[in-house]
Amino acid sequence: MIIEAGHFALVLALMVAIIQVVIPLWGASTGRRPLMEVAQPAAVLQFVLVAISFAALLNAYITSDFSVLTVAENSHSTKPMMYKISGLWGNHEGSMLLWVLILTIYGAAVAVFGSGLPPAFRARVLAVHAMIAVGFILFILLTSNPFLRISPAPPDGQGMNPVLQDPGLAFHPPFLYLGYVGFSMAFSFAVAALLEGRVDPAWARWVRPWTLLAWCSLTAGICLGSFWAYYELGWGGWWAWDPVENASFMPWLSGTALLHSAIVVEKRDTLKSWTIFLALLTFALSLVGTFLVRSGVLTSVHAFASDPERGAFILLLLGIMIGGSLVLYAIRAPILQPTGQFAPVSREGALVLNNLLLATATVTVFLGTLYPLFLDAINGPKVSVGAPYYMATFVPLMVPLLVAMAAGPLLTWKRGDLLGVTARLRVIFGVSLAVMVGTSFVTAGKFALAPIGIGLAAWVFLGTMQDLAGRVHLFKGSFSDTLRRLGALPRASWGMTIAHAGVAVALAGMTVSTGWSAEGIQVMKPGEQVVVAGDIWHFDSTAPVSGSNWSGMQAQFSVSDGGGHPFTVLTPSRRTYSLQQMTLAKVAIHTNNLANWYVVVGDPQPQGGWIVRIYWHPLAPWIWYGVLIMAAGGAVSLSDRRLRIGAPVRRPAVAAGNTHAAA
Amino acid sequence: MPRRDYGTPTAPFPRGARPFFLVPIVCFIGLFIVFGLGLRKDPAILPSALIDKPAPSFDLPPLLKDHPGLAQSDLKGKAVLVNFFASWCAPCREEAPVLAGLAASGAVSIYGIDYKDNPASGRKFLEVLGNPYQRVAVDAAGRTAIDFGLYGVPETYIVDAKGSIRYRLPGALTPENLQSDILPRLAALRHQP
Repeated sequence: MIIEAGHFALVLALMVAIIQVVIPLWGASTGRRPLMEVAQPAAVLQFVLVAISFAALLNAYITSDFSVLTVAENSHSTKPMMYKISGLWGNHEGSMLLWVLILTIYGAAVAVFGSGLPPAFRARVLAVHAMIAVGFILFILLTSNPFLRISPAPPDGQGMNPVLQDPGLAFHPPFLYLGYVGFSMAFSFAVAALLEGRVDPAWARWVRPWTLLAWCSLTAGICLGSFWAYYELGWGGWWAWDPVENASFMPWLSGTALLHSAIVVEKRDTLKSWTIFLALLTFALSLVGTFLVRSGVLTSVHAFASDPERGAFILLLLGIMIGGSLVLYAIRAPILQPTGQFAPVSREGALVLNNLLLATATVTVFLGTLYPLFLDAINGPKVSVGAPYYMATFVPLMVPLLVAMAAGPLLTWKRGDLLGVTARLRVIFGVSLAVMVGTSFVTAGKFALAPIGIGLAAWVFLGTMQDLAGRVHLFKGSFSDTLRRLGALPRASWGMTIAHAGVAVALAGMTVSTGWSAEGIQVMKPGEQVVVAGDIWHFDSTAPVSGSNWSGMQAQFSVSDGGGHPFTVLTPSRRTYSLQQMTLAKVAIHTNNLANWYVVVGDPQPQGGWIVRIYWHPLAPWIWYGVLIMAAGGAVSLSDRRLRIGAPVRRPAVAAGNTHAAA
Repeated sequence: MPRRDYGTPTAPFPRGARPFFLVPIVCFIGLFIVFGLGLRKDPAILPSALIDKPAPSFDLPPLLKDHPGLAQSDLKGKAVLVNFFASWCAPCREEAPVLAGLAASGAVSIYGIDYKDNPASGRKFLEVLGNPYQRVAVDAAGRTAIDFGLYGVPETYIVDAKGSIRYRLPGALTPENLQSDILPRLAALRHQP
């Protein structure tokens, strides 16, 4: 009965969401406060109902209730508990319910923490947010119902793809959805602002924490996903420009642009219609990403068409939400007049450049991802788009972005002094150039991107540090003055410094690990050894191992440095999942935070021994550390006191926050 | 710049939307139509003009030193699989174990064509993932792929003993489609060539 209760709770949640759309909007347009106030309890109630529904499904997975169709199709009684739970969102139906759950969490959070918002505006935001919920709960109930029963119930489930049975992937979707769905809040704020026909610095300040939260989660989610691909798929790479990866990367790019342009709205009351557009676009990309990938339209076109009802529903939903909001945008955006003006060379100008480059990069990835679909639709030639395309289009766009990243924060608002900034950056420019030239001597022209990448990483890192040093008057005033300024620096400033430094760290990791990695692929038997990048890998032994739903072999390797001093023992394994008759190679990695030692054991050979692949990836850990540092920077910025107390009154223009402009 | 104060909660709608702000919705409508067309197509039915026709004429150089290249004349005598792959293609990595298993079973000869790829990357790809092919050729310009009517990589063709294309499988080989689509057809060709 619990499952039916979950189903019923979801139907009730739909009713509540419909009420949350109609009554507050009516109240806001007629100016009736009691009607507007319906929105908050409705949002909380909607969350409670969806949570009940989610808990009911979770219970079915935990207790392995195979009379529920999705449980029977995706779970198995011998699966470890963690994967029984993650199995809930490892399939289409369950993942949609997780999606809606997170949507209602955000809605309830705005209802509870949004007391600083004007009542009419809050009512509109929550009403728009509930519209999204209505669409998706309807989608679940009509086409993707996870609460369906099967009779007779099978004795056991069909299990889950072993590749997905991994802690990294178990928690990848919740983070990713926290990010994707979090941008729905920016969307609701943007649509509500369009309905009111008013965008001002206060609006930017309200929307900023939600955008930041979504951005941090998405960054962490992408980081988890990339790390999973690195150690689970066993091919030694960390990004493949796969459509699934691109789907999470596109909202990240436009979300990053949104974070930056919202600063301009907040500080200078301009770039309004562009910022609104980015808010709409980011959520639109999240939707397109979630669904096109979930439905398989990109990877194997089959899944989408095999269920035309579901596909048509998705398309209709996208059409109403994105199309509707863009029509509203076309009507309302022209009245959003900027009050602040600025010269091309200024902090605003630099942020516009940032936005143009990020938006172009988003379009580049979008075209690369959907190009095969476009051509197919017009019966054109069939193509696949791969890494060469992105190396030729995306990477060159990142170069000017990174160059501008160091200079932008040094420019003042309104009118910047390019000569002055150039003069301040000349030492750093010289150092970065020296790094670049030095690197090109080391690589001797073999890997052309390495000098550029490393030079840019040095440039971004040093530029960010110089900006920080300038703000705290390092070496200019007394030491105690510097300390006092350090303490007084707003968290948002710290957030930017940390996030930009994270970009430099990740860039260094990407470049060095791509340029200088070493690998050895050979057939090895226990007792043999091989030298990779100066380290001696000794294949000690093999032993049988088993888990709750797999059995296999585990190999042991001792790794010692050139001098013969052993520094680690690695135990890669091969697991055969009996249910799926699938063998997976489990990678073993040793890291000292500066490099990864990576080994995976491949197929056994007829003449004895195994194919052993050994990689040495210098600075590879920095890729994920860098991305996590970026997310941490976002979190620090999120903790800024100014965001928490909000902006209780709307002011025509805001001059605050320029304290460091003269630095 | 005109400075106007919008102190009222809702500003009046302007009379006409400016063209610039119509760009996003126009782009979206275009996209919507493309998606709609994509939805109406059944991608399982691909244009297969070459089915039951002789394979196009081609002669491609080898990728590896110790394995020969591939030409139209090599496709006669027995039923074989022709598999298009590329080092830059992610699904090709996914299907590599399936191809390796098929090659190890000895059920059929598999010929590979490295499509629009840097030959050095192609060689490294096979070194890392194993080489299931008896012949591996380079189609750097993608010309032969066009003649085959390639949908994208990876893609696998069944060519019969007379050198005619009998079946094409777009996308990655999986244990499932190997069992359901490829192996039964190969068995049928062996019994009634």
